[in-house]
Amino acid sequence: MFPRPIEKSGPAAKAAYQAFLPVALILWLLPLLAIFLTSIRSAADINSGNVFGWPSEFALIENYAAVFTQSAAAQYMLNSVLITVPSVVISVALACLAGYALAIYRFRVALPLFFLFVAGNFIPFQILMVPVRDMSVQTGLYDTIAGQFLFHAAFQTGFCTLFMRNFIKALPFDLVESARIEGVAEWRIFWYVVLPLVRPAIAALAVLIFTFVWNDFFWANVLTQGESAKPITAGVRALNGQFVNNWHLVSAASLLAAIPPVVCFFLMQRHFIAGLTLGAVK
Amino acid sequence: MADAVATDTRTRSEPGFFRRNKLAIAPWIFLIPALIFFAIYVVIPIFESLWLSLYQWNGLYDADGNSTAVWVGFDNYVRLWSDPNFWTSLRNNIAWLVLYMLAVPAGLFIALFLNQTVTGMRFYKSMFFFPFVISQVVVGLIFGWFYNPDFGVVGTVWKAIFCEETTNILGNTTFRCERPVPDILSSEQWATYGIIAAGLWPQIAYCMILYLTGLNNVAADQIEAARLDGAKGWKMLWYVVVPQLKPATFIAVVVTVIGALRSFDMIAIMTQGGPFGSTNVLSHYMFEVAISEYGERYGYGSSIATVLFGIMLIFISYFLWRMYQDEKGGR
Repeated sequence: MFPRPIEKSGPAAKAAYQAFLPVALILWLLPLLAIFLTSIRSAADINSGNVFGWPSEFALIENYAAVFTQSAAAQYMLNSVLITVPSVVISVALACLAGYALAIYRFRVALPLFFLFVAGNFIPFQILMVPVRDMSVQTGLYDTIAGQFLFHAAFQTGFCTLFMRNFIKALPFDLVESARIEGVAEWRIFWYVVLPLVRPAIAALAVLIFTFVWNDFFWANVLTQGESAKPITAGVRALNGQFVNNWHLVSAASLLAAIPPVVCFFLMQRHFIAGLTLGAVK
Repeated sequence: MADAVATDTRTRSEPGFFRRNKLAIAPWIFLIPALIFFAIYVVIPIFESLWLSLYQWNGLYDADGNSTAVWVGFDNYVRLWSDPNFWTSLRNNIAWLVLYMLAVPAGLFIALFLNQTVTGMRFYKSMFFFPFVISQVVVGLIFGWFYNPDFGVVGTVWKAIFCEETTNILGNTTFRCERPVPDILSSEQWATYGIIAAGLWPQIAYCMILYLTGLNNVAADQIEAARLDGAKGWKMLWYVVVPQLKPATFIAVVVTVIGALRSFDMIAIMTQGGPFGSTNVLSHYMFEVAISEYGERYGYGSSIATVLFGIMLIFISYFLWRMYQDEKGGR
C-alpha cells in the first residue's frame, strides 16, 4: 500500500491525520457550505449584508418553499425527470444489444463500429447542434420533452455501448460457446445467459447516465425555449434572472437542482464509481 | 454409403437461410436499433455540419419548404481568420487545455492523501468526490457568488485583510480599502482564470476517484520490495507507484482534455463570454453566433464548430490509436 499506512507512523501521527481530515474536507467543500448557509438565511440577513457570518435566523423551509411557489421550479423538476428517465432506459437497452453484438460475434467491421461509438462519445456538442436543432424544428420535436430525451438517448448510446461491450468481453466466453453447442437460439443466449450477468453494468450505467443527462445544460438551451419543456438546469439560470439579488432563493434553487444526482450517487455509490473508473485499472 | 447418409440428412432437414447464416446475421439484428439511432442523431449531423459550414444560412425555409441557404464556399473560414473574437476564443481554449491539466496531478495528490484506512475513510472519500456529482450550472452559480466582490467569500475575506470598516452617523457601513476588492469575473484579464479555477474543482474530484481506484490495485509486493531496497517518498512515488498508475493516468488525461474543450456551461452561467468576449471559448462562441438575438447564423456557426471538431479529432485519433494497440495486444 502506498503511501505507508498512517498507523505505522505511531499514534501521534494518526491522531494528527484524523484531526486534519475534517479541516481539509471543510476547506474543500467551502464553496458548497457557503452556498448552503446562504440558502437557509432570511432575506433580512442578505439585505443587511450578513452573508458570510452566522445566520441571524434560519429560514430553510421558507426559502425552499418560496422557490416552488414563486417560480416554475416544480415544472422544471418534473421536466427533468421526464427527460432523464426515458433517456436512461432507451440508451441502456440499446447498448445492451449493441454491446452484446460487438463483444460476442467476430465479424470484420466489429472493431470499426465499436470505435465509431467510442469516437461519437468524445465529439464536441457544437458539431451536432445546428443539424439536430433544425431536424427537431422540422419534425415538431423542438421545445418538447421527447425531442430532448430522444437526442440524449442516442448520444449516450455511444458511451453505454463502449461500457457494455468491454464488460461483456470480460465475461467468460465458454458460457456462450457451450450454450451454442446445446443449440440455444442466439437471442435466448442474450436474454438468459448474458443479460443476468451484466446487471452490475446496467446499474452502473443507469446512475451515470442519469447524472449526465440530469446535469445537461447545453441541449436544454438548444432544444427548448419556453417553460413547458425546460429542465431544472436551464430553469435555475432563468430563476437566477428572476431572483436578482435574492441570493438566498437562487442558492436554494441551485441546491434543489443538485439533489437528485447527489441522492443517486450516495445510494448507488459503488456502482457509480465502478462505472466512472472503468478502465482505470488493468 | 457414408456419402449417401450425409446427402440424405441434408435433404431431409435443409436448414433455412437464416439458420445457416445465423452467426453472420445475428450481430446485425442486435446492432441495428443502436446504429440507426446513433446515425440519425450523431453520425449524419456531423457531416451535415461540415457541409453547412460552406453555406450562409439563417435557418429559414421558403414557402415551398426549401432551405434558403446560399453556397459561399470557404468564405466562412476566411471571415473566421480575420475575426478577433475567434482568436480570443481559441487562445482561451488553449488556456483551458493547459490549466485544466493541473487537475491530473492535483487529483493524484488528494488521492494519495486519502489513501488510508482509518475509520470513516469511506465517508471522506465520497465527500471529496462530491463536487463532480453536482451540475456544472450549479458549480458556476456557486463560484459566481463565491467571487462576488460585495458579498461573496472572496470579497469578505479581502475586506477582512485589506479594508477598514467605518460606520458613518447614519449607521451605514462603508469600507475604506488599501487595495480595491478584485472583481474577478468582470476583469478582462482574470475572468477566464477565475472560471477555469471553478472548473478545476469538479475535475480534480474526478481525477482523484480515478487515482483512488488505481492505488487500490497497485501491486503490494512491488511496493514492499522497493521499500526493502530503501525506496521511499518521492522516489517511490515516481519510480514505483506512478508507472503502475498508467491506466488511471491515461483515463484522467482523456477526460480532462475532453472536459476542457467541452467547457460551455460554466462560461454561459458565470460570464456569458464577457466582459467584451474575453472569456469566450470556441464552444460558447459558436453557440452565441449560431443562436443569437441578431438572427441565426448557422453557416458561420458551423464553421466554428468544424474548427473545434478538428482540434478534438487530433485527440480522438490518438485515444483510438491507443485503444487499438490495447485491443491488438489483448487478443
